[in-house]
Amino acid sequence: MTAQVITLASGKGGVGKTTAVANIAVALAAEGSKVVCVDGDIGLRNLDVVMGLENRIVYDIVDVIEGRCKLRQAMIRDKHLPELYLIPAAQTRDKNAVSPSDMVRICNELRPDADYVLIDSPAGIERGFRNAIAPADRVLVVTNPEVSAVRDADRVIGILEAEEKRGTALIINRLNPALVKQHDMLSAEDVLDLLGIALIGIVPEDETVIVGSNRGTPVAQDPRSRAGQAFRNIAQRVRGEEVPFLDMDKQPGLWDRLQRMRGRK
Amino acid sequence: MNDLAAAIRIKGIRDGLLVSLPAAGWEDQRTALLAQIDGQQAFFNGARLALEVGAQVIKVNEMVELRDQLSERNVSLWAVISDSAATEQTSQLLGLATRISKPRPEEVANLDAEPIPEETALFLNRTLRSGTRIEFPGTVVVLGDINPGAELVAQGNIVIWGRLRGTVHAGCAGNKEAVVCALDLLPMRLEIAGEVLRLPAGWEAGKPEVALLRDGTVVLEHWQTGGMGQV
Repeated sequence: MTAQVITLASGKGGVGKTTAVANIAVALAAEGSKVVCVDGDIGLRNLDVVMGLENRIVYDIVDVIEGRCKLRQAMIRDKHLPELYLIPAAQTRDKNAVSPSDMVRICNELRPDADYVLIDSPAGIERGFRNAIAPADRVLVVTNPEVSAVRDADRVIGILEAEEKRGTALIINRLNPALVKQHDMLSAEDVLDLLGIALIGIVPEDETVIVGSNRGTPVAQDPRSRAGQAFRNIAQRVRGEEVPFLDMDKQPGLWDRLQRMRGRK
Repeated sequence: MNDLAAAIRIKGIRDGLLVSLPAAGWEDQRTALLAQIDGQQAFFNGARLALEVGAQVIKVNEMVELRDQLSERNVSLWAVISDSAATEQTSQLLGLATRISKPRPEEVANLDAEPIPEETALFLNRTLRSGTRIEFPGTVVVLGDINPGAELVAQGNIVIWGRLRGTVHAGCAGNKEAVVCALDLLPMRLEIAGEVLRLPAGWEAGKPEVALLRDGTVVLEHWQTGGMGQV
């Protein structure tokens, strides 16, 4: 096994990087891949919360770097999926506790016995982001269909191009088909047109994502969730399979139905 | 001697030009640099120069001499970057910078190719994304888009074979003849020689346009094939 190291980055905060990492990881692990998630947001960790592993943390990534424990000891096994692990971030330190070469070293140590290493990048384009992209074989850029998020994604893609990272692809998260139809939200086409990179997934806005994050059970495990389906599709595309994109119009999402009930349409 | 002049590397950076001198005696380096500048006066005229000298030790009087000789050629020396502590001290003594903000690849216009005086053009075969800023002392041709948040500043013309959505300034040193053209023109901001374009009300982008100065106002004209004479 030689793991592919995939970093999720966005520039702007709050677009759903952490949620996307947790869900894609769950979907990959549910299909039998061995997946290690690395929380790159030192000082503001929350991947552990989204994955529901918060109260199992003993050692974190800074402990590994500073030699207080072995890498194995910092890997927390998921409650449900035996092939899914998390290396949590330190909460009491900051980004300067980690260097890009530390990240490369840790990922190289993980590569021989995993299929995928998923790194959750912090927001911004500073040290933490540089750390997170340093070991990446490919970067998935997460954005929302909002002008500010797209602008930041463009900046991030520019930096990745300058660093000559290959295989960069885009995840458009929290798309609301109803708003797009009313021309109140950028469409996936608008976003792709501006950014000009490959698309790997569109995730519809879906309340179950928030509920799942709070409960620590990512929606990718919920067969009825539309967003969960979108994340499972992304996981399949990560594996190199061809999956058609969800038709946002055919099956109206919850939000769409709500709008209709309120008589807005 | 000629070999030395050829080994001088010149790069466009955010803050002007970065000139790297090959290892040699100081006297040879100085002569080669000045010869290079004299050979391309139009290109170097008015340039801000950052000099990279490696381990070379330069004494105060030597650096003063060079600074004066450069300023006679209308080139201002603002930084000397050196691995030698003695040279760094000398630079600091003369109030010169000893570090330049590290030129990131996205902000570097590489001028390694022999520039043609007056007609120096920079060809960029890519889209300029948000956060990119490129300055160039001549004409710039972009095969790609200028995205919102990207900035392109040129002393000459700006030709965009793509969409213009960001900020551009042509003729930034005051050349009123400079033009900006794009296949699809809807800039955040477009300036020619300091004058700002005001887009006409109800402006619809999507057609090739040329922006030029007419009586001190930036105007737009639809691009007509065979209409080169107008510009």
